[in-house]
Amino acid sequence: MDFVFFYETFITLISAIPTTLQLAATSVALGTVLALGLALCRLSGIAPLDWFARAYIFVFRGTPLLVQIFLIYYGLSQFRGVRRSMFWFILRDPYWCAIIALMLCTAAYSAEIIRGGLLSVPHGQVEAGRACGMSRFLVFRRIVMPLAIRQSLPAYSNEIISMVKATSLASIITIMEVTGVAAKLISETYRAIEVFIVAGAIYLAINFLLTRIVVLIEYRLSPHLRQAPSLQPVAAGEMK
Amino acid sequence: MTAMTPTTTPAIEVRGLRKSFGPVEVLKGIDLTAHEGEVISILGSSGSGKSTMLRCINMLETPDAGDISVAGEKIGLKRDAKGHGHIVDRKQVERIRSELGMVFQSFNLWSHKTVIENIIEAPIHVQKRPKADVIAEAEELLEKVGIADKRNHYPSHLSGGQQQRAAIARALAMRPKVMLFDEPTSALDPELVGEVLRVMRSLADEGRTMLVVTHEMGFARDVSSRVIFLHQGAIEEQGSPEEMFTNAQSERFRKFISA
Repeated sequence: MDFVFFYETFITLISAIPTTLQLAATSVALGTVLALGLALCRLSGIAPLDWFARAYIFVFRGTPLLVQIFLIYYGLSQFRGVRRSMFWFILRDPYWCAIIALMLCTAAYSAEIIRGGLLSVPHGQVEAGRACGMSRFLVFRRIVMPLAIRQSLPAYSNEIISMVKATSLASIITIMEVTGVAAKLISETYRAIEVFIVAGAIYLAINFLLTRIVVLIEYRLSPHLRQAPSLQPVAAGEMK
Repeated sequence: MTAMTPTTTPAIEVRGLRKSFGPVEVLKGIDLTAHEGEVISILGSSGSGKSTMLRCINMLETPDAGDISVAGEKIGLKRDAKGHGHIVDRKQVERIRSELGMVFQSFNLWSHKTVIENIIEAPIHVQKRPKADVIAEAEELLEKVGIADKRNHYPSHLSGGQQQRAAIARALAMRPKVMLFDEPTSALDPELVGEVLRVMRSLADEGRTMLVVTHEMGFARDVSSRVIFLHQGAIEEQGSPEEMFTNAQSERFRKFISA
């Protein structure tokens, strides 16, 4: 075992971690906003919005992310209209193309997670808000959203993890994130095993930290699901 | 039966209230006037429309026809081509709802908030009252319903009776003109019914205006100033508890209370 090479590889790959994290964080953040919009479309009860969201989710869940990345990076630039549009400064940049593709894809998955969370909110608690004179928006902000987030978090952590891993696909369109730098190292050294082991370990470490953080957030948000700290046991039949 | 002078504005006035769910007509023209300080018990077998009637008053169900006024203010309703009612002015309905305290059969406390947070939520965010005042008042209310020690507990950590008392405190925190109770003790174990009824009785003794849909005959007879018996979406009989429980005209009501 060549520990010196492992160490040098690790040092080289570390420099690419910020790019990987940026890709993941930006696409998840933007994707969540889009996903919330899609979930609300699905639940709006307005047929055109519902069908638009259904079609969107169908297409983006049903096609490979890599194909989506290629279509956006290589495909859109074929059109003269795109090259001349005000969006060209974004669409000619592989970094932003990767973020757009990742965002569009994660939004499709997250929309269903969020929709599930929104549907899980007990109707009685919504009604209690309305009965107090809350506006629809206030009920959504103070009651529905907080409960839906708590419900969605476990499934959402899955989605965040798969997005961190999916950023590796961005290396195909020349982005030097962890996998991109690893591939470059291999082409220089031909030592695929060592380099990819280090790269894999880096993804593992990132995702380990991420899952811990989500578990911590979940714990902080759900005191009502735990036994009260200084509680004399109440009759089991009375627990809600 | 109503001791009030007719010149005072009724707290709640319902005229010709109709409501259908699909092909089923649940309410077939209800008239009801609740004066200030009255405690009205609404009785009836399940499916008689009593909960629907109560829920129409704060527009949790939208009536198909009829007028509802709260403290003299008529709630704006319009009908569509299919005969369904729609709220005209959402803001008006929200304001009127904030003046009516609603207590649900299944408590419906917000599960992610502690008892005190449940109580201060609407006064702060709907009525925009100062937080310190609201908290002080909420603590008095918790004292009053006897769960001051549960201040920082989450609803899931309370018994059903404690949850319902917290829900009553939540409704009272809005300083409502009228309290609406929708079968407040029906989801409770028998031994927990008493603690909730005691709180309701104390509210009645304060002179609060209350509409109570209930199956508790003792409460209807001893506490209410008027008893209304609904049958198949219409008022079959109403009167003072003394008249109703000793000398009811309706054969059905006599059967209902002896069952």
